Amino acid sequence: MTAINSVISRPSAAQMKVQAEIHGQADRPLLVVDALSKLYAPGKGFSEVSFALYSGEVLGIVGESGSGKSTLLQALSGRLKPDAGSVLYRGYAQGDQGDQMNDLYGMPESERRRLLRTEWGVVHQHPMDGLRPRVSAGGNIGERLMAKGLSHYGNIREQALRWLSDVEIDQGRVDDLPTTFSGGMQQRLQIARNLVTHPQLIFMDEPTGGLDVSVQARLLDLLRRLVNELNLSVIIVTHDLAVARLLADRLMVMKQSRVVESGLTDQVLDDPQHPYTQLLVSSVLQN
Amino acid sequence: METMLRASEVSKRFVLHNQGGVELPVLKQASFSVNQGECLVLNGRSGSGKSTLLRALYGNYLVDSGRIEVKTQGYWLDIASATPRAILQLRRNTIGWVSQFLRVIPRVSALDVVMQPLLDVGGDAKHAKHKAQQLLERLNVPSHLWALAPATFSGGEQQRVNIARGFILDYPVLLLDEPTASLDSTNASAVVELIDQAKQRGAAVVGIFHDSQVREQVADRLYDLSTQDTTVQG
Ligand SMILES: Nc1ncnc2c1ncn2[C@@H]1O[C@H](COP(=O)(O)OP(=O)(O)OP(=O)(O)O)[C@@H](O)[C@H]1O
Ligand SMILES: Nc1ncnc2c1ncn2[C@@H]1O[C@H](COP(=O)(O)OP(=O)(O)OP(=O)(O)O)[C@@H](O)[C@H]1O
Ligand SMILES: [Mg+2]
Ligand SMILES: [Mg+2]
Repeated sequence: MTAINSVISRPSAAQMKVQAEIHGQADRPLLVVDALSKLYAPGKGFSEVSFALYSGEVLGIVGESGSGKSTLLQALSGRLKPDAGSVLYRGYAQGDQGDQMNDLYGMPESERRRLLRTEWGVVHQHPMDGLRPRVSAGGNIGERLMAKGLSHYGNIREQALRWLSDVEIDQGRVDDLPTTFSGGMQQRLQIARNLVTHPQLIFMDEPTGGLDVSVQARLLDLLRRLVNELNLSVIIVTHDLAVARLLADRLMVMKQSRVVESGLTDQVLDDPQHPYTQLLVSSVLQN
Repeated sequence: METMLRASEVSKRFVLHNQGGVELPVLKQASFSVNQGECLVLNGRSGSGKSTLLRALYGNYLVDSGRIEVKTQGYWLDIASATPRAILQLRRNTIGWVSQFLRVIPRVSALDVVMQPLLDVGGDAKHAKHKAQQLLERLNVPSHLWALAPATFSGGEQQRVNIARGFILDYPVLLLDEPTASLDSTNASAVVELIDQAKQRGAAVVGIFHDSQVREQVADRLYDLSTQDTTVQG
């Protein structure tokens, strides 16, 4: 467990979690989603989705292809205006004194974009959707720091180098373009780019999707450790139940634009209640 | 001694929706309580619902009715109706779990697997490592294996890593599903010793033990599931 030690010159996530519990912060959700709906056509999209996400929690979304998982993730992350319902986010809106719940689609577009560049992160299934092809690896990481107001070149480069090694990419590749990286390296670079600003909340859509199995295992291990050590909150869409079991505290199961079952990850997978969840779990060889 | 865990009229049936909606009634009004320092052993033939009941106590299986109350930090919490967050919290600080099978995590060493629960509650890394090493030693897991990921370990070795993990924290409540199933007698008695120690410090233990010798050594009371009327279908 050496790779990301450098990230944590702060109290460990577990200690922070204990602290948060003592101070009662853990009892206030980071995100509150209420009756959120977006339908392109009947059954195409998602409808009436409600849940609360707490700090440090990982929520997995699994389900049928076309059931609306990616659409839901887009709406949750401020990239797609819903037809109805609300997403409240606890954070520091610009100009605010303290933290408070802000209505994601009640705030100006510019503020949503700022959130996405700083306090939030999005990890796309295809890494090049989340990277700049004509900017070096180091530049890809540094960009979000600059968006956050950091301007000292030496500092930015230093953090970029550290993050490269944190995600197990040779520091010697810092000036190379991401297009010269393998798929697994691109995905790790995308993760570094997102995490460099210490976001509170990360959205991931099939982050291990296009990778072969051994590369997947390595990425998963990395994600699991980062989530633990940085006390990240994550909403992750995956079709892979093993990934869900490894990373998610809670699961939502979707079918035809609806959440048909939700609960503790191991409970949903080991004692599924809904016919669709039972089918999903029993279709897997062993997990 | 104080009561730590009580189950009241817990019932559960499985509905197999994709197999014609067959219903398997498994638990019928199961009721018992367990005190500090006591080991209750679940007894009954194969398929009588022992593991189902134990999993329900851990929040891993839902129940249809009844209450499963655990004392945690001075309060009673009903697992049967608790939120996922409350259950996760309970698993961190109150209920330990050891099953026969280790769920291996790719690339994580045996030592780290064992240490994790202690780190999760904010424990000091050095202390956690020391304690993990002691437990692995007591359970005769060869030291050259400690730094390796358990995926390639033998069944018995994996099981002992799992036991070490379950005993790294002094959980007030311990749930054990055949922890000695594939162990030789030396290792089985090491486990019996750990269970005895846990009881002495006041843990409430609920376990399933097929080996009658082990069962006799650790059990204070038996709870029999075979006497439930589970033969009537639908
Ligand atoms: N921009 C769009 N315009 C019209 N229909 C859309 C649009 N985006 C998605 N859809 C439809 O909405 C439904 C849900 O799509 P979505 O991409 O959310 O599914 P998904 O659950 O992520 O599936 P997969 O597992 O295959 O990625 C699909 O029927 C899709 O065709
Ligand atoms: N997740 C599940 N879904 C459907 N049926 C289940 C599930 N888990 C257990 N069962 C069924 O419930 C019944 C009781 O199983 P359980 O594993 O609790 O028995 P057991 O007493 O522990 O048996 P053994 O001594 O063989 O381990 C069995 O008929 C089993 O098939
Ligand atoms: Mg999708
Ligand atoms: Mg069993």
